[in-house]
Amino acid sequence: MTTDPNLDSPRTAVSNPPVQPTRANLGPGDLIRSSATPDLPPPTRQLTPVAKLIDVSKCIGCKACQSACAEWNDTYPEVEENVGIYENPHDLTPDMFTLMRFSEYENPQTGDFEWLIRKDGCMHCADPGCLKACPAPGAIVQYSNGIVDFIHENCIGCGYCVTGCPFDIPRISKTDHLAYKCTLCSDRVAVGQGPACAKACPTQAIVFGTKEDMLAHAETRVEDLKSRGYDNAGIYDPQGVGGAHVFYVLHHADQPALYSGLPEEPRISSVVEGWKGPTKALGLAAIGVAAVGSVLHGLMTRANKVSAEDETQAEQLVEGREPPLRPETEV
Amino acid sequence: MTNSWTDIKNTDLVVVMGGNAAEAHPCGFKWVTEAKANRGAKLIVVDPRFTRTASVADYYAPIRPGSDIAFLMGLINWMIQNDKVQWDYVRNFTNAGLIVRDDFGWNDGLFTGYDPEKRDYDKTSWDYVIGDDGFAQVDMTLEHPRCVWSLLKEHVSRYTPELVEQVCGTPRDRFLKIAEMIGECSAPDRTMTSMYALGWTQHSKGAQNIRGMAMLQLILGNIGVRGGGMNALRGHSNIQGLTDIGLMSNLIPGYLNIPTESEPDWQTYMSSRRFTPLRPGQTSYWQNYPKFMVSFMKAMWGDAATAENDWAYDYLPKLDVPTYDILRMFELMDAGQVNLYFCQGFNPLLSFPNRAKVTSALSRLKLLVVMDPLATETAHFWENHGAHNDVDTASIQTEVLELPSTCFAEDDGALVNSGRWLQWHWSAATPPGQARHDTWIMAQIFLRVKKLYQEEGGVFPDPILNLTWDYADPDEPSPEELAKEMNGRALEDVRDPADPTRVLTARGKQLLNFSQYRDDGTTMGACWIYSGCWNEEGNNMARRDNTDPDDTGAYPNWTFSWPLNRRILYNRASADMQGRPWDPSRKLLEWDGTKWTGYDVPDIAPTARPEEVGPFIMNQEGVSRLFTRGMMRDGPFPTHMEPFESPLANVFNPQMRGNPVARVFASDAEQFATSEEFPIAATSYRLTEHFHYWTKHNRVNAALQPEFFVEISEELAAEKGIQRGGWVRVWSKRGEVRAKALVTGRLKPMQCGDKLVHVIGIPLHWGFMGAARKGFGPNSLTPFVGDANVETPEFKAFLVNIEPATGEAVS
Repeated sequence: MTTDPNLDSPRTAVSNPPVQPTRANLGPGDLIRSSATPDLPPPTRQLTPVAKLIDVSKCIGCKACQSACAEWNDTYPEVEENVGIYENPHDLTPDMFTLMRFSEYENPQTGDFEWLIRKDGCMHCADPGCLKACPAPGAIVQYSNGIVDFIHENCIGCGYCVTGCPFDIPRISKTDHLAYKCTLCSDRVAVGQGPACAKACPTQAIVFGTKEDMLAHAETRVEDLKSRGYDNAGIYDPQGVGGAHVFYVLHHADQPALYSGLPEEPRISSVVEGWKGPTKALGLAAIGVAAVGSVLHGLMTRANKVSAEDETQAEQLVEGREPPLRPETEV
Repeated sequence: MTNSWTDIKNTDLVVVMGGNAAEAHPCGFKWVTEAKANRGAKLIVVDPRFTRTASVADYYAPIRPGSDIAFLMGLINWMIQNDKVQWDYVRNFTNAGLIVRDDFGWNDGLFTGYDPEKRDYDKTSWDYVIGDDGFAQVDMTLEHPRCVWSLLKEHVSRYTPELVEQVCGTPRDRFLKIAEMIGECSAPDRTMTSMYALGWTQHSKGAQNIRGMAMLQLILGNIGVRGGGMNALRGHSNIQGLTDIGLMSNLIPGYLNIPTESEPDWQTYMSSRRFTPLRPGQTSYWQNYPKFMVSFMKAMWGDAATAENDWAYDYLPKLDVPTYDILRMFELMDAGQVNLYFCQGFNPLLSFPNRAKVTSALSRLKLLVVMDPLATETAHFWENHGAHNDVDTASIQTEVLELPSTCFAEDDGALVNSGRWLQWHWSAATPPGQARHDTWIMAQIFLRVKKLYQEEGGVFPDPILNLTWDYADPDEPSPEELAKEMNGRALEDVRDPADPTRVLTARGKQLLNFSQYRDDGTTMGACWIYSGCWNEEGNNMARRDNTDPDDTGAYPNWTFSWPLNRRILYNRASADMQGRPWDPSRKLLEWDGTKWTGYDVPDIAPTARPEEVGPFIMNQEGVSRLFTRGMMRDGPFPTHMEPFESPLANVFNPQMRGNPVARVFASDAEQFATSEEFPIAATSYRLTEHFHYWTKHNRVNAALQPEFFVEISEELAAEKGIQRGGWVRVWSKRGEVRAKALVTGRLKPMQCGDKLVHVIGIPLHWGFMGAARKGFGPNSLTPFVGDANVETPEFKAFLVNIEPATGEAVS
């Protein structure tokens, strides 16, 4: 398949980019959501929803996706220590937007040992908790093709996106105090190319296209896995976040937690859901006042600590427990 | 590879044993993924460790390092016992029916003719019975008690599932399940592919490991067919090219041989290379050896190579030993018998076994020249890097010169991939700094040496002074010129032997292919197997047409595949005795009544009748060999041999250590350990995040796998009190390393008979140069011994000990 400049979004990550310069096809008119921007004008058109499918059953854990991600985004992940695991870096970082996670599993049904490898990173939720939690106008946006992007000029580094994310994805840089995560290569998609990770994946465990095409492809993969004895093979496209524009094919879709703690039923924390209500304006006003004052730096460093309490709640969510109810005014 | 990467998509069953394709060949592994996703193919992995390849396999079985022959002979035994044999193929396309001499036999793990003093066999008895007609005698019913099939059946009968379990540590049910899965591929319409790499070669009996699987594939009828084959996954980019071009001490380009001292003249040399057919009407293509050899000599020495001087045969060196392989060179170096060592594009300090010996050997040189794009450990072997290279710099007098060279992205040329495709590429960047192409460096050295001979003379300057050097720029031969030279050129008009009035290629033109090579000095060609790569049609290696008629995976117009653009070797064997495809849905070739037609270039004369001419045209028998006569030093059948350092005694002969005919230098024999001293089996391997010792110089790769570690089982960790992520010391009789401990369920102790064998995994990739953290390579620990036939070092099976360590090694 070749890249067709007339399409509103690329249908594959395999094709090579056109030789001619291409005009960016993602603009302000394509936004359907923008953080802390209640008066966002309606989008001028509806782009075809796109998706990245990660088929863990085809993934060989080679980390070409990590490498391509760092190269394309020009990040410099640290050369860390080995702490006795295959994950390197050990976790997502502001310089490593995607990470192969490895978990060992003795399957009690078959007696077989399994090594479950999952590419972790932003899910680009249809209902993005990060965006809803974000108090900075225009710092997190969602395009009509489904991509959720961080706009760093508008980011204040408060860390609320970390709290809002049911998948524990965004990371705050200790250097510039801004939040970082996978962009679904919005800059590539805008010019007709698929994400760098999908382009680099040697086994096409990562594929990219329209959400519709990817779902159809995922169905064929589930069928193949079922024919190999994985009776519970299935698609992980969590409805608790409205579905996602990055989704998985799993051999054990009934036990997503096997895959390095993929949440069973992720959804946005009720705290964040509350935050989008009338209290958000109050909160924004408070932050605005602070930001205008001379304590900007203090706020940014403090913000990370402030979010710790909320992170606890997010972790509880990840573990599938209901967070304690808290009055909305506490936020 | 007999087949190609793209052909793997045609298979029904992939067996990865002796390799780790997903990790070490991730890009090629995509074709396994294709076969699985589109054909429903299954993947079996047999490996001491549960690898990333195993993580996507349908079935996995563990195996003790160095016990592969027992597993493979066990499989062959199971196939014979359960009638999982493609009989028509075995009867007609193998030497199963040929009769073997009465005095050949096997006893106590040894074949007839063993001489323990010489550590060698007298191989006289390992041969066919030759009749009065000069042909090998045959019994096509396969019932003769001395036919190859009867002898094979008896030979493998010892390898029962019980014995396999005892020797390999593979649970019997796992072995039997794999045997059943493989057995299905004996049907003519089912194929299996074997993907292997250094996991089979880096043993003291590596060549026999590979033969074991090749024999199994023949019995199943899987050689020469789509989705089948013996597929060696080559490591370095262009390592296939290295072997093709003959960068071995005993080879000439195109798998011809450097003469030995016992072949002082051309007539003697050629007399043992007649390749007379051993069965009536067979091709025995090596009968063309003189054409390839003379054309090579003409490429080397042009007009100075004449019929009168036997094509300048005297110019060729004559080997006084079988090979000057790396082990012998470093043995000689360590004995102070080498003054100057040229190290071009590799890193012996980390790549050759027994690093202490390598350091000692390099320290005895007068001059070491390193040509490399990177600052290698070898070039810096004299620098003290604390525990990571603890040398006494002041005591090392070796002068070291580093000549920075270019890397693959900075030059033009062809890289030969595992599937024998010569893929031309173009430079993408300008060499940095003072880096120069290897060809420029070599030309400068040659021209200066030549000048010295011209000015000062010498004992025998002729080979240097007469070497053909007709390049447009003598200072830097171009890749185009070198490629054309390898293809070959007509020095006189080349005529059709059947019709001498017909000129096939005019004087001065590029030869069409090696069918136009002549043994009368009228053609030149430096590498016959590559001929056709750059003929008058142009640079066929630069072709980039990816059309693939009927999706066979052949891609016939994509680059050039040697020989003759043939994509699958032995492809005539894809059709039965009448020339009909075994599997019509996977047709490759077909006999149309007068000639062979199909998707690939036939690996047989196009008009050779199917019932008359056997498919294995390179063999004198015209068929493939389940029994290899005296062609391998360690036996005509593979027989189980333990590694030189093994936790178990050989089940057939407890006195026998390692491979009984592998060459062992006296000082190294003293450094082989017993399992009493060192009870833990170890194996070395590569990780997908790195390529050898190169990518640790790259920051991104360094971040993805930053630090040296060893993999150990949870059981061993508990026994030794080792913590995940803690430091350990691993030592052998030759050296020690310090590493982080990666404790995993992917390695489990193996029950071999009454002995529980612990196995630890030691990856390579770390050293004391580059962007990654400083570390060690497994070669600090490994024994200095190689394969009995080709001297590939035994990196995959050795003995160590392990204990927790505190703190990082000082550096």
